[in-house]
Amino acid sequence: MDFNFSKQDEKFRTEVRAFIDQNNPAGRPEDRSPKDIQAWNQKLAEKRWIGFSWPREDGGGGGSVIEQFILKEEMSKAHTPALGSDFMGLAWVGPALIRHGTAAQKDRFLPDLLNGRSVWCTGYSEPDIGSDLAGLQTKAVLDEGSGGSHYVVNGQKIWTTAAHVAKWIFMLVRTTSESESRYGGITCLLIPMDSPGIEVQPIKSLVGYHSFNQVFFNDVRVPVENRLGAEGEGWKVVMGALANERSGISESTGMERQLEDLKELARNSKKNGRPALEDPAVRRELGRYESMISAMRLNGLRNLTKQLQGSPPSTETSVNKFLRGQLEIPMADFSMSLLGTAAQETGPWQTNSLTFHGVVIGGGSPNIQRNIIAERILGLPKD
Amino acid sequence: MNFGFDEDQELLRLSVRKFLDEQCPLEKVRELAQTPSGYSAELWERLAELGWLGLILPEQYGGSGQGWVDLTVLLEEVGRSLFPGPLVSTLLAGAAINEGGSDEQRSRWLPGLANGSRIGTLAFFDADSPFGPDGIAAFGQRVGDGYVISGEWASVSDVSEANLFIVAFRAANEGVTLAVVEADTPDLTATTLAGIDATKRFGTLRLEGVRVAAGSILGAAGDGSELATALLDRGAAACTAEIIGAAEALTQITVQYAKDRVQFGHPIGHYQGVKHPLAEAYVDCECMKSLAYYAAWSIDESPGEVAGSVSKAKGFASEAFTRIGVTGIQLHGAVGYTEEYDCQLYLKRSKWARPAFGDEDYHYERVATLGGV
Ligand SMILES: Cc1cc2nc3c(=O)[nH]c(=O)nc-3n(C[C@H](O)[C@H](O)[C@H](O)COP(=O)(O)OP(=O)(O)OC[C@H]3O[C@@H](n4cnc5c(N)ncnc54)[C@H](O)[C@@H]3O)c2cc1C
Repeated sequence: MDFNFSKQDEKFRTEVRAFIDQNNPAGRPEDRSPKDIQAWNQKLAEKRWIGFSWPREDGGGGGSVIEQFILKEEMSKAHTPALGSDFMGLAWVGPALIRHGTAAQKDRFLPDLLNGRSVWCTGYSEPDIGSDLAGLQTKAVLDEGSGGSHYVVNGQKIWTTAAHVAKWIFMLVRTTSESESRYGGITCLLIPMDSPGIEVQPIKSLVGYHSFNQVFFNDVRVPVENRLGAEGEGWKVVMGALANERSGISESTGMERQLEDLKELARNSKKNGRPALEDPAVRRELGRYESMISAMRLNGLRNLTKQLQGSPPSTETSVNKFLRGQLEIPMADFSMSLLGTAAQETGPWQTNSLTFHGVVIGGGSPNIQRNIIAERILGLPKD
Repeated sequence: MNFGFDEDQELLRLSVRKFLDEQCPLEKVRELAQTPSGYSAELWERLAELGWLGLILPEQYGGSGQGWVDLTVLLEEVGRSLFPGPLVSTLLAGAAINEGGSDEQRSRWLPGLANGSRIGTLAFFDADSPFGPDGIAAFGQRVGDGYVISGEWASVSDVSEANLFIVAFRAANEGVTLAVVEADTPDLTATTLAGIDATKRFGTLRLEGVRVAAGSILGAAGDGSELATALLDRGAAACTAEIIGAAEALTQITVQYAKDRVQFGHPIGHYQGVKHPLAEAYVDCECMKSLAYYAAWSIDESPGEVAGSVSKAKGFASEAFTRIGVTGIQLHGAVGYTEEYDCQLYLKRSKWARPAFGDEDYHYERVATLGGV
């Protein structure tokens, strides 16, 4: 057991800090222009820090998962813009391509992903299919007329974040009927969003933003070379992608930042007419959040140790995904209690206290994480 | 960065587990709980032979010179099997003398603690004082270069079994002093109280005008606050390690029960009202481990982080073990409420462990303070 970062890792941390000092766009995060962010991403790409832990032969930086951890941690501490503009593409589409893609697919998709020229969205959920993803019904049928060179896709996806800006959708379809083969009937397709027959309709979230959509597929023709993995192996592809999504969601760095903001709010708040920080219940609650966030960070490092020993992220990512939900909503509600009647107004804290409800559901609800832990880790019978 | 145990530590875990499974299964734990001393002198000797009593003491004093990460492995297994006896107390008394004492004091007391002939314990607080170094009572009076101390120390672990006490006190207008008091001192009364967990013994230590010579004082007189804090942190870390083993064992027992017990045509673990609390118990155990391993490592390697990392670990473990205790009983139904089923033994341990070396109120408050609020 050794929690010291190696000399090489520490050297890397110094390099990251120097880079941030030089290149982090000035001003508050919310005041940054798209141009600032583009320039920031350009500099990151030159360093090969976008896709940093991907293999160099795939255009990544060949960094270790520990270095990647350091990079994200330092960026979060310094409130820099995100690492690359295509969150979903980088967090799970790229890794899935690296693991399951053909050489031609990697050549075609990875450079654009790394350079921020493609934005991806993810098409799993359907109106009738949420938690029970394997029941999905959107169909893809090989078009015999075209000599089997195309699939024809029909159906509907929903809650598709960023579909209105995405160039590509990472999409699960059914190629064999559910009654014949539930898991084995699922296939993964990579579909250009400008394909004829795709229609995107916005859905307004309760926060009032437009972030997710419905996407309709009407006889959409997709070349077979856009299939990721073999026909019927989509479930395998998506299990890896979901573990990556959850491990991204489970990173503690965002939570650490939220806690710092929450402490600042507490310093400036009153409870029953006295400074909030004189209230032992307020102090204890902050101490509890801090302890649990440390547990998340350390759980993450334990998982990274396993990854260094060669096992890719898997069911253990559900632990931190679950914890994040256990923390995020209570922390947001705690901030509202510190605000007192100001909680009735609008503002960043108030918005947060609404936004987290969506974050906790996306990537699989807390109940689904409980099921995964109970069934796949503890071996309890499936319900 | 490496969050794993090394080969020696894995071997230590296996040998402790094998020894305790064979020599002290829960039937034996229950048997010992009925005895006045609460532990087996014979097994105590075996622990000494195996080198576990002196695990963290230097080799020159009969120990094996290992660190807190190694000790955490030992104590997780000890907690898993609810092994009774004055192990943690003796380890902490050893740590006190090793970290605070002179060479002369180390040679005088450590070999006996390592070979099992001496049983040590800490006596720090009276019944009314708050937990923490500031709560150490003014029971001392300066006399020459020593002290005369009188008072009653509460919650002293293994008080009737111990024959070497690390006593904390202060004289008026002075800081904390730690001193070694041996059990054969006249005017010393040890009283064991009836406890909620029969595998953990404790009680009060009464001293009436006991003379403490300069040679028994650990470190400088009146300057023991730092040492006291270090020992309380080590105690909390040790307690957390035992909690992990016990909480995992209770989770495991309950998972097994949920697989075996059938109601409404299914094993009860099929129902979410049962499986979800078990998933949460698992998450709690994972968090406790991450926090406790980091705390143990910081005791060995990163002194500046000890206070924060120990308080996060013990604060969280105090709450989490309490939750798991409840889950363990409730998911067993009525058999969980019987004397016969083992889950009750762990529930009682959770009640004992929560306040030991500071409950979550104390530790979360400390985390908040250290975190700048
Ligand atoms: C902000 C946001 C962004 C999203 N982005 C995307 C995206 O980009 N692409 C995409 O494909 N999807 C996306 N989703 C959808 C998300 O993956 C689903 O919402 C989620 O998997 C839950 O499905 P559902 O909404 O249909 O709820 P349901 O599955 O209908 O669940 C409703 C409730 O029932 C509970 N429940 C369901 N089944 C069980 C069970 N077996 N045991 C116990 N409880 C159960 C759930 O926990 C939940 O509380 C997004 C969702 C949100 C909120």
